[in-house]
Amino acid sequence: MDFRFDIIAHYLPVLLKGTAFTIGVSIVSIIFGSILGLGIGFGKMAPKAYFRWPFHCYINFFRGTPLYVQILIVHFGVIPAFYGSTNVLMTSFVALSLNSAAYSAEIFRAGIQSIDPGQREAAVSLGMTGFQAMRFIILPQAVKRMVPAFGNEFIVLVKDSSLLALIAAPEIMYWSNTMKGQYLRIWEPYLTAALIYFILTYSLSKLLNYIERKV
Amino acid sequence: MEPMISVRHLHKSFGAHKVLADINVDIHTREVVVVIGPSGSGKSTFLRCLNFLEQPQEGDILIEGTSLMAKSTRINDIRTELGMVFQQFNLFPHKKVIENIMLAPVQVRKWPAEQARRKALELLDKVGLSEKAEAYPASLSGGQAQRVAIARALAMEPKIMLFDEPTSALDPEMVGEVLAVMKDLAREGMTMVVVTHEMGFAREVGDRVLFMEQGAVVEEGHPEQLFSHPSHERTRAFLSKVL
Repeated sequence: MDFRFDIIAHYLPVLLKGTAFTIGVSIVSIIFGSILGLGIGFGKMAPKAYFRWPFHCYINFFRGTPLYVQILIVHFGVIPAFYGSTNVLMTSFVALSLNSAAYSAEIFRAGIQSIDPGQREAAVSLGMTGFQAMRFIILPQAVKRMVPAFGNEFIVLVKDSSLLALIAAPEIMYWSNTMKGQYLRIWEPYLTAALIYFILTYSLSKLLNYIERKV
Repeated sequence: MEPMISVRHLHKSFGAHKVLADINVDIHTREVVVVIGPSGSGKSTFLRCLNFLEQPQEGDILIEGTSLMAKSTRINDIRTELGMVFQQFNLFPHKKVIENIMLAPVQVRKWPAEQARRKALELLDKVGLSEKAEAYPASLSGGQAQRVAIARALAMEPKIMLFDEPTSALDPEMVGEVLAVMKDLAREGMTMVVVTHEMGFAREVGDRVLFMEQGAVVEEGHPEQLFSHPSHERTRAFLSKVL
């Protein structure tokens, strides 16, 4: 079997642009997904059941339906409703952030609830407010326990961003598909895409291992 | 004189399970009150109600005349006057010993860090742990951890100290060092409420002993009188098992 490195070389500039897109979307979605997830996680820990309910529904919807479907709904439904027309970049950020927030919320919740209630009691018995207890005592300890789970979530997010090819977002898979269409070859485009994703996720896991040792 | 703590008709249930039934106690300034009783008698719940870690359903608790049950009361402010020491120490494991002690004075009392540090070092000296200031809680023995926890509570300069079975999680050889710190505090005139199984401590340091069973104060009195001449059959039965 001949393996045509020349077509990979030909596509390399756009594949690199696609990689930059994937990295950009992933970083933004990780940030917004985590912030949103923190809020949703707290919402799900609210003492009143009726207050928990919408957060509970959110998490179940985004975890219980395929990202594929969510991307289509956001792209053809949500974004046009707010923005007037479809927008690939917005869909990419919004769909991945909303999806990631559901998983992040559960990671936050599990991390926070894993801290011994005695820690909070000690903090508030010293006169700290609930917010101070959370900020100085509970979150710093909980975050340490969340790092491995977040690492996992971030890696999944990077890989799941490949589904954005579905709406022609100019990321790695999109360009690989284009390459396949132009040359009618399978191995070169898809092995190249696989290799790029692997490099991204492997670097990310190394980075997270480093952070895990540090905290 | 107005009592430091006044507990009136206090009732507390967990679901259908009644834990405290009509508790009435006054605790005065500089008084050391020791609460004894069998497991499940409600003595820890009673103590935890005093700083509102547990919310009573009925009755009231007045701290220097301020009602804990009143809507207008800022419970965080009241808690700064009540130091609490827990059975499991509950030190903050991610912070050094000195940071454990300084945190609340800096964040709650808004002291400058330097003042809080001075106070913390002074208290560590008092509990005999000056050399542990920069250590993390995980490196401390149980007795040391509990002495740090006492120092942490004292750093807020509370008017009252609450002790929830402070020696129950300790190896026997470490009980003495914690009780010694508590005795010092009592000698200095700290108002203290101590839930404990240490009958020797109750007898030696207590100004008054409350015997609780099934969510009620069965008997109270001076330790000599209560230990030597208990007037209730249930007190006698309990004491015969523990003494």
